[in-house]
Amino acid sequence: MNAYTRPDFRLPPQPTAESAAFWTGGERGKLLVMRCRACGHFFHPPAPVCFRCRSLDVAPEATSGRGTVAAFTVNQQQWLPGLPPPYVVAMIELAEDHDVRVTSNVVDVDPKDLRVGLPVEVFFEEWGEGEDRVWIPLFQPATDTHEGELA
Amino acid sequence: MRRVAIVGAGMTPFKEHFDLGIKDLVPMAVSEMAGSVDKGLDRADIQAAWFGELTTTDGFPAGILADSCDLMDIPVTRVENACATGNDAVRNATYAVASGAFDVVLVVGADKVRESSSRSTFWEWAKLTRDVAWDYPVGLVAPANFALHAARYLHESPATREHMAMVAVKNHKHAVPNPKAQLRYEITVEQVLSAPMVVAPFGLLDCTPQSDGAAALLVVSEDVVEQYTDHPVWVRGVGLGLDRVMHQHKADMTSFPATVKAARAAYAMAGIGPQDIDLAEVHDCFSAVELISYEDLGFTDRFGAAAYVASGATTVGGARPVNASGGLKAKGHPPGATGVAQCVELFEQLRGHASNQVDGATTALAHNIGGPTAVSAVTVLSSEKG
Ligand SMILES: [Zn+2]
Repeated sequence: MNAYTRPDFRLPPQPTAESAAFWTGGERGKLLVMRCRACGHFFHPPAPVCFRCRSLDVAPEATSGRGTVAAFTVNQQQWLPGLPPPYVVAMIELAEDHDVRVTSNVVDVDPKDLRVGLPVEVFFEEWGEGEDRVWIPLFQPATDTHEGELA
Repeated sequence: MRRVAIVGAGMTPFKEHFDLGIKDLVPMAVSEMAGSVDKGLDRADIQAAWFGELTTTDGFPAGILADSCDLMDIPVTRVENACATGNDAVRNATYAVASGAFDVVLVVGADKVRESSSRSTFWEWAKLTRDVAWDYPVGLVAPANFALHAARYLHESPATREHMAMVAVKNHKHAVPNPKAQLRYEITVEQVLSAPMVVAPFGLLDCTPQSDGAAALLVVSEDVVEQYTDHPVWVRGVGLGLDRVMHQHKADMTSFPATVKAARAAYAMAGIGPQDIDLAEVHDCFSAVELISYEDLGFTDRFGAAAYVASGATTVGGARPVNASGGLKAKGHPPGATGVAQCVELFEQLRGHASNQVDGATTALAHNIGGPTAVSAVTVLSSEKG
């Protein structure tokens, strides 16, 4: 009953020099998240400086695209044309670095089955044309995952 | 530093003021404030002003205050610090008087949320406090920022939606005698739980209304306080705390560190602790935020908020009433005015003539959090100079 269908409309992001990797990594199926080479931590949203150690030696890096639901809310109102309720907004704790969370939609799940700790994996939804193309990272329940490895 | 006191306080009703602009609401609040000064206020006494306003619908804020109140010969500074704007304006004015720079200053807060349509409010106002470039593509509206915290809080703590509902029911009950309140009617727990869902776990009645209004305070030094009143309310402590704007690196979703830091600073300046607070105005923009704030302000233990609200401790008549005015939930929430109006309420409470009077209170606390949870301001007031 909750099979996801692409909405008629999303407000696509307008990538900046910093956020372009995050929004376009999906073209190659990769969730690219900024990582600091000095302290080794990932961080998000992207910035030219690591907020932890202030190093400038930072660059986007591919992650597994896997994570767990840290918190979620089911939106029941239509705020935007083309994005009909209900839809789930969730914070996804990345498998690589539990201090990093990506805010996105979790789809293909009955809201009743959603829970904190649910393993999820990324997929991408392409929007826009030409140079404006973006691949919005969305999440769905993980297939073929042992919950323990992500806990 | 010199001691600082509030000697006058006033506010407009919080409601949908479709027929009034900021330039109308500000002088109305200042006029009521001037009328509350026991020994009278000569407008020429006012030496400086701080104006808390989150968004402006009538143009340049400092100029509007000077113009509409005919305060053309003093410095006016606009303060904007998300939903902590009001208590941060109080904080800035307090420092200016405590430093000796001024003896008599004005604090005003105002906003007109209903200038925006209901449907567009969250988008237009969210832009003020958040990098919404990350929110639009996934349809995340401002209430969802708090809903994510509330959902995680319900997951980790013993609190349920019933406990959230108790906050809304209490604050609506408190607003009934308050002539300035926007929603002066009682609701039941059943009504809260069965109201249309907005962003789970928040139903319609877990959320603050959209409000317009203004509030004003007269803040003076201990050197001149007797010229204005024999019953001042002392600003014993002020504090401001920050935290991350985005959720991405908030390690603990069940607490707002900004509040913890702001409260710690205000308590330290006052030389007191949470056990000394007799009543409080707490930032209940959403029901669960009041629960979490009980813990962050030190009113109860971590994850003790559910039992605390259920005990009736925070209802008028209980040990530490919270939001006797009705709070943001039922009094209303025009953000720039909200914190200033909390201090208006506590000024009246500590002088014994509030609309929903808490008897015997001497020390009180006002609390804002915003941005959405990245900034908090706390003010401690007392009838005792300390
Ligand atoms: Zn680093």
